[in-house]
Amino acid sequence: MTAESSSPSLAAQLARLEEIVRRLESDELDLDEALALFEQGVACLREARARLAEAQLTVRAVLEGADGSLRLSQLDG
Amino acid sequence: MTLPLAVLPAGKVLSVGDLTAMVKGLIEGHFGPLWVRGEILQCRAWSSGHWYFTLRDGAAQVRCCMWKAYASRAGRPPADGTEVFVCGTPGMYEAKGEFQLVVTRLVPTAAVGDQQRALERAQAALARDGLFDAARKRALPPFASVVAVITSTDGAALHDILTVTRRRWPAATVLVLGSRVQGDGAAAELCAALRRVNRLDGVDLCIVGRGGGARDDLAAFNDEAVCRALAAVRVPTVSAVGHETDVTLCDLVADVRAPTPSAAAELVWPDARDVRRRVDDLAARLAGTLTRRAQLTEEQLERAGDRLQAAVEQLLERLRHQLDRRAAQLDALSPLRVLERGYAVPRDGAGRLLRRRADFISGGAFLLRVSDGDVAARAE
Repeated sequence: MTAESSSPSLAAQLARLEEIVRRLESDELDLDEALALFEQGVACLREARARLAEAQLTVRAVLEGADGSLRLSQLDG
Repeated sequence: MTLPLAVLPAGKVLSVGDLTAMVKGLIEGHFGPLWVRGEILQCRAWSSGHWYFTLRDGAAQVRCCMWKAYASRAGRPPADGTEVFVCGTPGMYEAKGEFQLVVTRLVPTAAVGDQQRALERAQAALARDGLFDAARKRALPPFASVVAVITSTDGAALHDILTVTRRRWPAATVLVLGSRVQGDGAAAELCAALRRVNRLDGVDLCIVGRGGGARDDLAAFNDEAVCRALAAVRVPTVSAVGHETDVTLCDLVADVRAPTPSAAAELVWPDARDVRRRVDDLAARLAGTLTRRAQLTEEQLERAGDRLQAAVEQLLERLRHQLDRRAAQLDALSPLRVLERGYAVPRDGAGRLLRRRADFISGGAFLLRVSDGDVAARAE
């Protein structure tokens, strides 16, 4: 069973962004590659900022059903 | 017999209530919680849930009461003669004028011995299997986003963890695996919860803990099976048994020990402010790379332009040179150059070349072309 984060985690996004910036800073790319990478970087950045802004703590209880399967439910005691 | 009123010190007569209140104040102001060892006599559990008993030894005895909240944690009322440790605060029951001990903890001395021996056995077994080794400690991910928390769902620990999380890292996901953390069955529930963590995908780490508790309440966190289940958790683990002074075996097995549940939350979550700063920094660097790249491209274009111009100039120079050489060659072949060397060209009046003897007419006039002009001549 998977926790509810469908898209890559913010952590993964920041790591990707860091990687993009490092490669762009290294000057090893030709212009077309650099521009494509830059676009990816901007998308990553936008996504990361949106994540930070939406920032809503998610709390779920993990419950085990009679058949042994796990499910998540709202935690309200 | 009556005493004359005059012997009574006017205004200094106490009521019984005043007296007991004074004694109560003295006793309760002087003592804090104390551990006392003694033998149980007549322990009675009332329907209210409170326990009343007498604690005695060869020399003395003291009345004890234990309120429901504490009695419920102590198991069954001990039989007469059971030797126990109790932790209690001396006080005064004013209604009966009785000195009493208000007990919060009660542990049979035999149980302490058993617990101690069990603890030592578990510790030795876990040490032998390397579960305390520093080499197997995993580092916490720098950036957790999904954390499993194993604790009681109605305890202070969960509340504290969520409070810190909300402040520090509001983008977090907390998966709560409820488990009793003390009393019968707590160890089994903790084991089950720890195993369940391994069936969850996308969990970055696991916090297992409880709020501050009395020492015997920590028994589940000293349980060997719990320790082994904790060691088998696939993600890094943080123990957060809120008891600063006592270290549990779980604390030794976990990858990281936090002194309290709040401290665990502080440890595992990034601070949102730091992350925002990092994002801003990356944004600036990203923009910087574009500016730099534009400059670089402009420079490259300029350099290419310069080289193109130089190449064209070089080509023109070469062509001019070739042209000069050809001109010189042509010049060498010019008839004028032949005339300069002393040759002459005869032509008739119409300008036709006189090549053979037959072209000349005896006594006829013709023109002789030499290097600087024509000379009039006549054939003999």
